[in-house]
Amino acid sequence: MLGRKKLFSYLTLAMTVVVISSCDKKDNTTNDNFDTSGTYTIKDQMARPAVATVFIGASRKDEFNATTPSTMSAKFKADITDKLTAFGYTSNALGQSKDQFASLLATDVLNVKTNGTTTFFDGTNVLTGRKLDDDVIDDELLLIFGGPSGTSNPGLTKDNVNGNDKPFLTSFPYLASPW
Amino acid sequence: MKKKILIGSLVAVALTGGIIFAADHIDAPAVTGANGTSTGADITDVYAFQSPADNSKMVFVMNVEGLMSPAVTSMASFPNNVMYEFNIDNNGDNVEDLVIQALVQNGKIRVYGPVAPATAGTSSTVRTNGPMTEATVTAYNASSPVTGSNTNGIKVFAGPRDDPFFFDLVRYKEIIGGTQTSFRNPGVDTFAGTNVMSIVVEVPKSMLGNASTINIWGETKSK
Repeated sequence: MLGRKKLFSYLTLAMTVVVISSCDKKDNTTNDNFDTSGTYTIKDQMARPAVATVFIGASRKDEFNATTPSTMSAKFKADITDKLTAFGYTSNALGQSKDQFASLLATDVLNVKTNGTTTFFDGTNVLTGRKLDDDVIDDELLLIFGGPSGTSNPGLTKDNVNGNDKPFLTSFPYLASPW
Repeated sequence: MKKKILIGSLVAVALTGGIIFAADHIDAPAVTGANGTSTGADITDVYAFQSPADNSKMVFVMNVEGLMSPAVTSMASFPNNVMYEFNIDNNGDNVEDLVIQALVQNGKIRVYGPVAPATAGTSSTVRTNGPMTEATVTAYNASSPVTGSNTNGIKVFAGPRDDPFFFDLVRYKEIIGGTQTSFRNPGVDTFAGTNVMSIVVEVPKSMLGNASTINIWGETKSK
């Protein structure tokens, strides 16, 4: 099988290759050579920052990354509960028991409000989205290590990096140009 | 004393849990490249937020291929066998009701959706029966981002960007490794000066259903 990229460059050179191209059209190739055929299988998945990274052990990372969110809790909540126990977790500033916090984390989706403020945490709104400048690491460190009042382990609840190294754009696509 | 125990457990977790990286950078062994590098199917971060420019729209961001230096970025491209898929649940069961699928081929990105998936789950076919929005992939040396738009209000961008993620990962690893007991102040952003390959899609909220809260996640799929 010719790779699509190769096929594209050959197309500009030889008529015989056009024949191959028309064969491929049966597989949904559009008339301008954009291939939409075939079945794509999951490789990686992510929603909340650092959940897989912190709570899922190396031996189960690929499995986690290939598990649909609706079935994650049944498979991974125990792993997350064990990690919280290892971290000395009792409760957090949201008043969540270990079981409640593990349940939240075990279904790795971003909850996003469709009307109003969208942020991971801004002091008022909790888990209503994730915007570019949200200090998600501090939010998570505080919830994992800060205890019920957020004051436990003060050296571990913020990393003292409080913003990005480049200003974001005010218009689409919002992310800053590369270095 | 409590802290000592805590650090001890952190070390234990680090030893049993492997090297801890970042938001999700280099955290999918199946798509980690040579010498532990991040690939075009390795998601670093996913964002979803109300458009700062138009509150009737929602912005979805998926970043891949993390921790790239400027030199590496100048040669980076999106693989042509990977689908970048935003999954959207709008009835609270954490199963996708809508998908936004992006493919990159021949220097162009095409974004299909939002549209109902053929089937929910870990395998996908491209849904060409909904809206399609195209853009030219922005080159590394472009003076401004190249964007594509559709008359229905969808906007699309694909190309290299500064990694918006920030974290004193080096210090965190030292804490995990037991050579430090707390973060430093000021911290040092390990991701400063590094880039990602980024896909950004802005969609009218009216195309996402009527729910007051949606649940979203990003997936890379390959064939």
